[in-house]
Amino acid sequence: MEFFGGLVSTAQPVVNAAGAGQKLRIQNLSMVFERDGESVSALEDINLDVSEGEFVCIVGPSGCGKSTLLNVLAGFLSSTKGSVTIDGEAVSGPDPRRILVFQERGVFPWLTVEGNIGFGLSKLPRAKREERIAHYVQTVRLQGFEKAYPSDLSGGMKQRLQVARALAVNPDILYLDEPFGALDSITRVIMRGELMRIWQTERRTILFVTHDIDEAVQMADRVVVLSSRPARIKDILTVDIPHPRNISSPRYLELRDELLKQIGLAYEI
Amino acid sequence: MFVISGMCRQVGVQEILAELIKSGQPSIEWDLSQPFGGGRTTGTPVSCWQPVELPLETIDTGDSGQLRVPLWLRPQLLIAILLAVWQVAIDRHPAQLLPGPMGVASGILDLMEHGLLLKYVVASLFRVTWGFGLAALLAIPLGLMLGWYRRGEMAIYPLVQVFRPISPLAWIPVAILWFGVGDMAAIFLIFVGCFFPLLLTAMSAVHGIPAVYFNAGRNFGLSSSAFVSRVLYPAVVPQLLTGLRITLGIAWLVVVAAEMISVNSGLGFLIVDARNAGNRYDLVVAGMVIIGVIGLLLDLAMRSLERVRSFHWSSSED
Repeated sequence: MEFFGGLVSTAQPVVNAAGAGQKLRIQNLSMVFERDGESVSALEDINLDVSEGEFVCIVGPSGCGKSTLLNVLAGFLSSTKGSVTIDGEAVSGPDPRRILVFQERGVFPWLTVEGNIGFGLSKLPRAKREERIAHYVQTVRLQGFEKAYPSDLSGGMKQRLQVARALAVNPDILYLDEPFGALDSITRVIMRGELMRIWQTERRTILFVTHDIDEAVQMADRVVVLSSRPARIKDILTVDIPHPRNISSPRYLELRDELLKQIGLAYEI
Repeated sequence: MFVISGMCRQVGVQEILAELIKSGQPSIEWDLSQPFGGGRTTGTPVSCWQPVELPLETIDTGDSGQLRVPLWLRPQLLIAILLAVWQVAIDRHPAQLLPGPMGVASGILDLMEHGLLLKYVVASLFRVTWGFGLAALLAIPLGLMLGWYRRGEMAIYPLVQVFRPISPLAWIPVAILWFGVGDMAAIFLIFVGCFFPLLLTAMSAVHGIPAVYFNAGRNFGLSSSAFVSRVLYPAVVPQLLTGLRITLGIAWLVVVAAEMISVNSGLGFLIVDARNAGNRYDLVVAGMVIIGVIGLLLDLAMRSLERVRSFHWSSSED
C-alpha cells in the first residue's frame, strides 16, 4: 500500500519557472559499460528536467542508448555518474511508482487479461482490486476479453494490456520503450490515438522512447533528440501544436522536417 | 456467405479461411465497415477464438465412394492391422520365436485370473511414484535455485555431467549393497535415474525465462517470495511439465530393469520370472505389452496436465 500513500504525499509539487510542477530531474548522467575489459560509453552527460504531466519523446538513431537511458530512469540499471531524482528523491531501484512498458512480451502469458491488470494490485482488498481492474479494462477498451489469455490477443491488444497493467498501480511516471515498435503501421497509428486519449484523461508524466519521428511529433510536448552512441542530448524541440494535431498542417511538417534533419536523415528519398 | 469483421481479421484468419475452403463456401465477404481492433467503440467485441460454426453436412460430405477413416480411429486401425499381421505370421511359421497375439491375450487373462496382474502393476507403480516423486521434490527446487544463482550452477555443473551419463543400471550393485533386496533399492534406482534429468530441466527452464518477465516483476515491487511464486514458478511450468513427462518415461524404463534384479514383484519381475520358471514366453510378452500400455497411459496423463490453460503457453509465442 505504501506506494499509493507515496503518491498522495507528492500532491503538492514544487512549482518551477515554467509554471508546472517539477517531476523528474536528470543531472550529468553518464553510463559506461564494461565489456570484455573494454569500457563502452552509452550515455554521456545527459541533463533533462521533465514537468508533472508532461509528455516527452526521446528519439535517436537505433542502438544509441535510448533504452539504456530509460532503464536507468526506471531503476533497472544504475548510472556510472550523475543522478536521477523524482520529486527530489533519488532513483535507486525499480519501484511501482514508475512503470516501464516494454516493446514486446511484457505481459505475463500465464495470466488472463484481468490477472495481468491486477498483477500489481495484490495488496489491495479484493473489491477495490476488482473495481480498478474493471476500470482499466475499460480505459484500454478490452471489454469482453477479461478472461482471455495474451496468446488470444493481437499485438496491439497486448500492448494496451501492458499499458493498463502499468496504469492500474497508479504510477507517477510511465516510461514507454518503443511500445508500438513491433506493431504494424495501421495498428501503430490507432495506438497513438489511444495513448493520447488515455494521457489526456489520466494526465501522467510520460517518457516515450521511439525511433519514429512522426510518432514523436504527433504526441509529444517536447522531443529530446539524442546523438548516436554515446548518446548525448543534441537538441530539445518543443512541439507547440495543440491537440488534436493536424498532421498535414505547415507547423507539423516544419517540426517533422526539423527533427529529420537533426537525426541526419534526408527528407527526400 | 460468411462475414469476417474487423476484430476477427487479427486472429486466426488462416484457420477460418481454411475451414471455409474445406467446406466449399462459395464466397467470403470482408466487412470493412467494422473498425480494426483498436477503434471499436460500441457493441461487444467478437471473441475470435471461438470455433467457426459450420453446418455439419458441409464438413462431412467428403468424396463419396472413397474410404475415409476418422482421424481418431487411425492409430487403432494401424494397431489392429499389425496384430493381424503378427497373428498370420505366427500361424504360418510356428517356429517358437514369439507367441502370437492370441497367446499373449490368454497370458494376460491367465495373470488376471491369478490376481497377479493388478498386484504387479500396483507394485511397479508404487515404486515409480516414490522414486519419481522424491526425485522431483528434490531436483526441481534445487535446479531452480542453481539456475537462479549462476555461481552455484558453475560449481555443481561438472559434477552433474559426471553423474548423468552413468546408467541407473550401473547403480544396481550399489543399491543392493545399501538397501538390500527390496523396494528401497528399486526406488533408489528410479530416483537416481530421474534426479539428474530433472535437475538439468529445472536449471535450463530458469535460463529460458525472458528477461522482460523479471524486469516486469521487479517493477511492480514484488518481495522475493512473491517473485518466486508469481513470476519464476509460472514462467518455468511449461518447460518443467515437458521435463517431467520425459523423465516419467525414464522412471518407467528403470523400474522394469530394477525389478528384474532387486525385488520379487512387479512387471519386471514378472518377465524374468516367467522366463526362468518355465519359458512362459506368452507371459513375457504379456508383461511387455502391459508395460507399454501403462507407459502410454502415464504419458497421456502428463500431456493432459500440459493442456491446462494457464500452464500451456510457450515463450516462443509472439
